[in-house]
Amino acid sequence: MSIVVENLTKKYGEQKAVNDISFEIKTGEVVGFLGPNGAGKSTTMKIITCFMAPTSGDVRLDNESIHTHPEEIKKKIGYLPENNPLYLDMPIVEYLRFTAEVQGVPKNLIPGRISDMIDRCGLDREKHKNINELSKGYRQRVGLAQAMIHDPEVLVLDEPTTGLDPNQIVEIRKLIKDLGKEKTVILSSHILSEVEATCDRILIINRGRIVADGTSDTLRSQAQGQELLKINIEAAPDAVEAAVRGLATVEKISAVDGKEGWFNVQSKPDSSSRKEIFDLCVKNKWYLMEMTGLETRLEDVFQKLTK
Amino acid sequence: MNKIWIITRRELASFFDSLIAYVMIILFLGLSGTFTWLVGTNVFLRGQASMQVFFGIAFWSLFFFIPAITMRMIAEENRAGTIELLITKAVSDSQIVWGKFLASFLLVLIALACTLPYYITISQLGNIDDGAVIGGYLALMMLSASYISIGLFASSVTENQIVAFLMAIFIGIFFHMLFDVIAETVRGFFGELFNYLSMSSHFESMSRGVIDSRDLIYFGSIIALGLMLSQIMLSKRNWQS
Repeated sequence: MSIVVENLTKKYGEQKAVNDISFEIKTGEVVGFLGPNGAGKSTTMKIITCFMAPTSGDVRLDNESIHTHPEEIKKKIGYLPENNPLYLDMPIVEYLRFTAEVQGVPKNLIPGRISDMIDRCGLDREKHKNINELSKGYRQRVGLAQAMIHDPEVLVLDEPTTGLDPNQIVEIRKLIKDLGKEKTVILSSHILSEVEATCDRILIINRGRIVADGTSDTLRSQAQGQELLKINIEAAPDAVEAAVRGLATVEKISAVDGKEGWFNVQSKPDSSSRKEIFDLCVKNKWYLMEMTGLETRLEDVFQKLTK
Repeated sequence: MNKIWIITRRELASFFDSLIAYVMIILFLGLSGTFTWLVGTNVFLRGQASMQVFFGIAFWSLFFFIPAITMRMIAEENRAGTIELLITKAVSDSQIVWGKFLASFLLVLIALACTLPYYITISQLGNIDDGAVIGGYLALMMLSASYISIGLFASSVTENQIVAFLMAIFIGIFFHMLFDVIAETVRGFFGELFNYLSMSSHFESMSRGVIDSRDLIYFGSIIALGLMLSQIMLSKRNWQS
């Protein structure tokens, strides 16, 4: 189930919540929408799930457009909206049955699907309760269960882990990873580690536009550009600093504040200074205590792109 | 059609789970029963085997009960955000509106069915005009369907159930009473017009057993208009800016 989004724009009054976004998602990809609050993540999801029509542009699932085949598309998508709204007065099983019926699951398959979902989402102990008796974590599981009840090919999850405790977050992430093996998953978040842990591909959205698109590794290396090293050499600091600065591959060196013998070294673009520094230490009979490459964190990439 | 029925069943189940259905049926029976049998110009005082008294009471009690049934139907979904979940399922906006309409209508039908013992009792007392009874029930159904569609529209414009209730009453009172009052004060074309718009004139002629296509068209138009406007309000999200 491939999803093609073409020149999508949604205006709220004068403000463009989504501004001419285009991208393509292939079958089986787990894609994370990342962006600050109000960046247009939810709006994009609401358009993909046919909740509202875009001002202009198109979304197609396997060549069916949201403008011409909303009903077919809705059948193929499982959607967990932000804040997970549910019919609180209904018992879990009744609610899942209602969802399955509305989504057109054949009658004879419904009981099997319900018990499957209850197992998969770990609702077994609570299954006879009303939804309003459940804790937030369990409600979230019900939300996931109702999204998956008709075995959709695409799952759209808007902030699936908000409000959960760390154990629940780990469980839900694991569930999403499992699902990603067979389904196309789009999820949104503003938690970077979550997206990094679950997604094959990240789309960073800011002010209604896509500002970056790629795996977490490619995004990092794009943002990083130059090699950064942290070194610790046991020798007279001044001599070390001068010698390292003299190396052909080094662009910048600075002492780490408050720690004697520690330096940050930035190499020139497309070059590495690791070997040169090692050779330098051998030549001068200095002890090289430590040398670590500093990775750019996704947080830095995110901040740089969304400021 | 199947989708509409699924939604209707869920709404009906939620009426009965939340006790709204029981409260509504008991109040309706209690009120209409009291006034039909015990106080005021009741059946015995009139000395006539007819259900006109009951129809007159139901004309007013349904007017107040129906907005109470319909007020939460869409407003509550708007407030809780469940409307987003419902719309993104494989149903169309019109199926949602029809499903909710049908659920309210069935609840009113159940309440009306509970008054059939009145008919049986009165028919034992004397010669009852069956045509008038059938016409009266038909008139009550049409009246209910009209107020349900107005109530649904009121519920679709807001997130607040109280606002939805008051709005339904406000719109309803024009049809229920005010057009009639206006019709009496003006003459000529406008007098005719307001008389036609007034619910009570159509209701009265029908509950006397005269089933005229003009009355049916009148009720049908109100129902259609209310449902159409509710659906437009529901679809508004698509072009809202």
